[in-house]
Amino acid sequence: MIVENPRELLVKKIFAHGFLIVFIALIMFPFLMVVSISLREGNFTIGSLWPDNPTLEHWVLAFGFDYTRADGTVISPPYPVMLWMWNSVKIGLIAAAGVVALSTISAYAFARIRFPGRAALLDGLFLIQMFPTTLTLVALFAIFDALGEISPVIGIDSHVSLILVYLSGITMHIWTIKGYFDSVDPALDKAAQIDGATPWQTFRYIFLPLAVPIVAVVFVLVFIATINDYPVASVLIRAEENMTLAVGSRLYLNEFKYLWGDFAAAAILSGLPITVVFLIAQRYLVSGLSEGAVKG
Amino acid sequence: MATLDMAGSVPAQPQQQWLRYLIVGGLCLAGFYSAFVLYTVDQPLFGVLLIALAVGFAIIFGTRRFYATRFIFPGLAAILIFIAFPVVYTVYLGFTNYSSFNLLTYERAIEVLQSNKTIDKSTEQPFLVAAEGDAYRIYLPDAGLISGPVSLESPESAALEPISGEPDNLLAARDAVRLRSGLQSLDLVLPDGGILKNSGLRTFAAVTPEYIRIDEDHLERTADGMILTANHETGFFVTEDGEQVPPGWRVNVGWKNYQRIFASEGVRAPMVAIFIWTVIFALLSVSLTFAVGLALATILQWPHLKGKPVYRILLILPYAVPSFISILVFKGLFNQNFGEINLILEALFGIRPEWFTNGFLARTMIVIVNVWLGYPYMMLLSMGFLQAVPEDHKKAAALEGASALRVFFTITLPQIIPPFLPLLIAAFAFNFNNLVLILLLTRGGPDIPGTVIPAGETDILGSFTYRISFMDSGQQFGLAGAITFLIFLVVGAIAYANFVAMRRVANRGKQL
Repeated sequence: MIVENPRELLVKKIFAHGFLIVFIALIMFPFLMVVSISLREGNFTIGSLWPDNPTLEHWVLAFGFDYTRADGTVISPPYPVMLWMWNSVKIGLIAAAGVVALSTISAYAFARIRFPGRAALLDGLFLIQMFPTTLTLVALFAIFDALGEISPVIGIDSHVSLILVYLSGITMHIWTIKGYFDSVDPALDKAAQIDGATPWQTFRYIFLPLAVPIVAVVFVLVFIATINDYPVASVLIRAEENMTLAVGSRLYLNEFKYLWGDFAAAAILSGLPITVVFLIAQRYLVSGLSEGAVKG
Repeated sequence: MATLDMAGSVPAQPQQQWLRYLIVGGLCLAGFYSAFVLYTVDQPLFGVLLIALAVGFAIIFGTRRFYATRFIFPGLAAILIFIAFPVVYTVYLGFTNYSSFNLLTYERAIEVLQSNKTIDKSTEQPFLVAAEGDAYRIYLPDAGLISGPVSLESPESAALEPISGEPDNLLAARDAVRLRSGLQSLDLVLPDGGILKNSGLRTFAAVTPEYIRIDEDHLERTADGMILTANHETGFFVTEDGEQVPPGWRVNVGWKNYQRIFASEGVRAPMVAIFIWTVIFALLSVSLTFAVGLALATILQWPHLKGKPVYRILLILPYAVPSFISILVFKGLFNQNFGEINLILEALFGIRPEWFTNGFLARTMIVIVNVWLGYPYMMLLSMGFLQAVPEDHKKAAALEGASALRVFFTITLPQIIPPFLPLLIAAFAFNFNNLVLILLLTRGGPDIPGTVIPAGETDILGSFTYRISFMDSGQQFGLAGAITFLIFLVVGAIAYANFVAMRRVANRGKQL
């Protein structure tokens, strides 16, 4: 920048680093605590912040195995964490794949195919995406309650129903992907058209390969959003073995059965993989986020 | 999908054509069948919707004329069914009395009433089942009667006749239990014309229905001959004394839910409080996360700073961890009795704040947690937008002797606010309905004292309707629908504001 007084600069640097370090220490406090809690004996916190007698009890339970204490008592896992995690990952992957498929095709249509009412539909989509699914829970409950009469597969307490609801998250992503397709050179699809490609072939062989980066971004975003959903899953899922992580984890902190230590281990175990995926993907996520949001 | 659309390409081969018709036809039939099932369970509205969907599908995929529409049909159908229709249906439910008391349709409510039976204890007696080839006979040892042969596969009735001594081939009790469903639909006719029905696991007795349907809208109570009349305004059968007999059914109640919201003090007062808190919560969340995120981004952008990548990763960690886990972790850490935060506060200052029972502290906690969760998103976005601010503007201002703060507020901020605005509005809308945070952290508590329906100090409108519909207060779906409609109005306004802001950004982009 401009010429700066070296001493002043040093003070500023120390100040900046000091501030960041204190801030990060504050931010990291919950994470460090959870690690400590997961290694602590028992489920209550009376005692020190650092575990006196570290034990892997909570971790063994989180992995779904019985734990034998030193005095011979055998503890069984309170909840099927691994099963919930599998449910969450399964639902997340299927929903993300579905959303990606639907929104890529729709985005292509909005970006390249001329049809009457296109502009109005796009504006409508933009407005409707602001209405979160969580607001229509009552209606969704009533709808799936009725659909359950056709077959329990699409009724309450079914993963299929949950995935169907999550598919409605496509509105925002149609916009994101459309923004990306808009920036594709029109000469490309002109060329394909002249060679006799149908719109489907243009999509399949030209746009889809180009869209891989943005599709990856959308996939990760939907996956994370799905895993994080609590309201919809809590209304549509009843049985313990059908629960997702977000719904099930809450059971640990029940007022009458407070399993703080078990929760800590389960939280790290289930949160870690998702966090790692996110950190790997985040560089692409950010550019995708701001680009998709700004391009109108 | 792939085969369908490829088949639609210009030189369609007859074989693929066939396959397409087969798939489209099959799916349509499934749709029609489902619609029929919905109709039989008294859900004609959903049935009609399904038929519309199936017809639309058939037209668009069955003919070649709407080729272009095929690309948007799946997406559009998903949006219409799972966003647009539920929104409309929620508004509709706001005009009904749909709740745990009025859950059923009219026909189902009558069925439930008619299935209520009174058992005449004096006639209750044990039974045994005798096998006779493929058929069975029911033997009543106390009365010395035996029925004619029955198949126990469909509802039937059989006459009883006297028998001396036990019949052969009596089934063990365990095997008789397996025939339960058949036994339950069996009528045994006594020689004097009375009817006995299966009244328990091991007994038959004279069973009379509590209610008999006289005509469309009237039931007779067999115990005292009282006539019950269907009241289609309240959705209940009422006796001549005006007493309501549950279960009720769903009826339209017009503006009654809205009257409750606006006219009943016990509902309106908490609603207003909750609305104000929702707005404050969303505003605080957006402005604080924005301020913290922007400040951090500015520091990280400083050219003299070393170790940026490490700081960056550590700073976005709260965003990377699944939020439901972080929220629950905070719920535990803030626990009043055995949470680590109070443990530390007590050690340092000797205080144990009541994070969950004091309304103000609960709200403070929620904002703290939400800022923790939300600042990395704002920071990431700020870093992108800050890069777009031309460096020479800042340099020029600094040369003129402006302080770093002044440069920030007069040069940087005005340049990043306009493109940021749509994202800030979206963040406001998100927090306005941030159900996950409230439901997982406080569930709305502590409760506001003296309200008709449970309402909490930290409830936002969305969590309030969630509580009304799915938690402690009798599943008042109708009332929840009405409140949701009011939320829709607010969200609609926000959505429109966002739309306008977005247009402005787009236009600016075109002018540059």
